[in-house]
Amino acid sequence: MSKNITPPVIEIGIIGWLRKNLFSTWYNTILTLIGLYFIYLIIPPLLSWIFFDATFSGTTRADCTSSGACWVFIKQNMKLIIYGLYPSDELWRVNIAYFLLTVSIVYLLVPNLKYKGVVGIFLLVIFPIICVFLFSGGLGLENVETRLWGGLFLTLVIAGVGIVLSLPIGIMLALGRRSKLPVVSLLSTIFIEVWRGVPLITVLFMASNMFPLFMPEGVNFDKLIRALIGVMFFSAAYLAEVVRGGLQAMPKGQYEASQAAGLTYWKMMALIILPQSLKVVIPAIIGSFIALFKDTTLVLIIGLFDFLGIIQFVGTNPDWLGFSHEGYVFAAAIFWVFCFGMSRYSQRLEKKLDTGN
Amino acid sequence: MTSETMIEMSSVHKWFGELHVLNDINLKVVKGEKIVICGPSGSGKSTLIRCINRLEEHQRGEIVVEGTELTNDNRSVEKIRGEVGMVFQQFNLFPHLSILDNCSLAPIWVRKLPKVEAREKAMKYLKRVQIDDQAHKYPAQLSGGQQQRAAIARALCMEPRIMLFDEPTSALDPEMIKEVLDVMVGLAEGGMTMLVVTHEMGFAKEVADKIIFMDEGQIVESKNPTDFFSNPENERTKTFLSQIL
Repeated sequence: MSKNITPPVIEIGIIGWLRKNLFSTWYNTILTLIGLYFIYLIIPPLLSWIFFDATFSGTTRADCTSSGACWVFIKQNMKLIIYGLYPSDELWRVNIAYFLLTVSIVYLLVPNLKYKGVVGIFLLVIFPIICVFLFSGGLGLENVETRLWGGLFLTLVIAGVGIVLSLPIGIMLALGRRSKLPVVSLLSTIFIEVWRGVPLITVLFMASNMFPLFMPEGVNFDKLIRALIGVMFFSAAYLAEVVRGGLQAMPKGQYEASQAAGLTYWKMMALIILPQSLKVVIPAIIGSFIALFKDTTLVLIIGLFDFLGIIQFVGTNPDWLGFSHEGYVFAAAIFWVFCFGMSRYSQRLEKKLDTGN
Repeated sequence: MTSETMIEMSSVHKWFGELHVLNDINLKVVKGEKIVICGPSGSGKSTLIRCINRLEEHQRGEIVVEGTELTNDNRSVEKIRGEVGMVFQQFNLFPHLSILDNCSLAPIWVRKLPKVEAREKAMKYLKRVQIDDQAHKYPAQLSGGQQQRAAIARALCMEPRIMLFDEPTSALDPEMIKEVLDVMVGLAEGGMTMLVVTHEMGFAKEVADKIIFMDEGQIVESKNPTDFFSNPENERTKTFLSQIL
C-alpha cells in the first residue's frame, strides 16, 4: 500500500492553478484573454506615467520636462499638503503629534508586546488631550487659529476625533434605543434617525452657516469644532445602528446567564454583551470608520482645507497650473493606504479575537 | 435536617399574554431539600424555577427567598440572585472568556473578591467537577458534558445557598449525561438545596426528597419518590409516567 499519495500533477503547481482558475472552459479562456488585453492596455502606460517617464527631481515647474508625471509638484508643496497653513515656527508641535501617533500605532501592531492596554488608553484618552494643547495652544504655547490648520494634519484631526468619540456615543445610542425605558428609547431613536436621515453635506452646511444664527450675539463657536461635532454625531448615528445589529445577534441565554450570576445591567453590558456583540460587527464598524475617513473631504465645502482640499488648492496656484492629475493620484494613493491599513487591521483583530464559537 | 425555609411560593400566578403558565403555585422548600420537577413540555416547570431568580416576573402571589421577598426593587432581585445559582439547558457559558474567567467573573464583579482569590476558588470548583485541566480553554473547545460541568462550577463559584437546574442534561448526547448527573449527585450529597427540572427519572429516584409533577401551570402531584412512582394519584401523572418509564 502506498503511504503518501500526492494529488495528481494536474491539480497542483502553477500550471494546475492556471488551468483550474483561468482556463477551465472555453468561455473562461476567452474572458481571461480579454482581461489580459485590458491589463496590457492600462498597466504599462500607467506605470510609465507614474514611474519610468516621471520627473522626481527639481524645484520648479521648468524642471517638468518629461512626458510622465511631475512629482516635483507634490514635493514642492509637501509642507502645505501635510500641515496646511500652520505657522512654520510651530510645526514641531504637529510633528510631535505625528511622531507619538506613529509610535503608538506601531507599538500596537507588533504582536506579543506587553502593556498594550496602557498604550491603547494613552492613544485614545491622553494623546487627544495632549493634541488639543499642542495644536491650538495654551499652557505657554502660542495660540494657533484653527483656520490655519489644514492638509493631512486636518484630515487626521477630523477623522481621529470622529473615530475616537463616535464609537462610545454610538454604543450609548444603541443601548439607549434598546432600553426598556420608553423615554430613553424614544430619544435615542429620534436622535439616530434624524442624523441618519440628513446628508453629511447638509450637516456641515448647518454647522457652518445655520448654527451661528441660533447663537446669541457675540458668542462665536470655532468653525472646526462645529464641523467636528457634526461629523461625530453623524458617524455615531450610523455606528449606533451597526452596534444595535450586533446586540441583536446575542442569544438570550447570554443575558440570562449574566443576570442569574447577579451582574447589574452595566456590568452585564460591559463584561458580557458588548465584548461579544462588538466583535461580531468589527467589519461593519471599521467600514464605518473608513467611510468617515473619506467623508472628511467634505469639509472643503465649508472652507476647511483638508488633505484633498489643499491639494486642489495648490493646483490652482499659477506656478503649478496643470498638475492636478499628479495631485489627485497622490491623494488617492494616500487615502488608499490609510483605508487599506484600517481594513487589514480589522481582519487581524477578528482573527485575534476569535475564540472558536 | 434543619427545617429552615429557603424558598416559599404562595399563590403564585403568571401569564404569558392570555396563557396562564403558572396557576396558583404553592411551594415550600427547606434547607437541603432536593426537589425534582417534571411534567410535559409547556407545563410551566421551567417558568416556575425561573421565577425564583427573577428571570421571569410573577404577576400575582408572593415569592420569598431566604427571607427576602422578590419585588420590583432591584436590590431584592440582586440579593436573591447572589444566593441562587442557575444551570441552563444550553449551558450559556460566555464564549469570549476562558473557562477559568467564566468562573471567576461573577465572584470578582459581584462578590468583589480579589482576582487571585476568585481564581483559586474557580480552580477549586473546576477540580470538583473534574475539568480543572480545561481551565484555560474556551467553551467552544469543550464537549457538551464538559461545558455543562463548567457551567455548574461557574454557578458554584458564587457559593450559592440554592441551585436551580433547568433541564441540565436535555441538550447533551447520551454518553455525556452521566458525567453531568454524577456531579449533581455529588452536589446533592453535599447538602445543597436543589430544584431540578429534568426528565431523568433515575436521578429523581436516587436523590429527590420530593418529586413535583406539573401540568398546565399547576402542581398536580407532589410526593416522595417511592410514592410518586409506585402510587401516583393523578391521571395525568399516570399517563406521563407510563410514557416516560
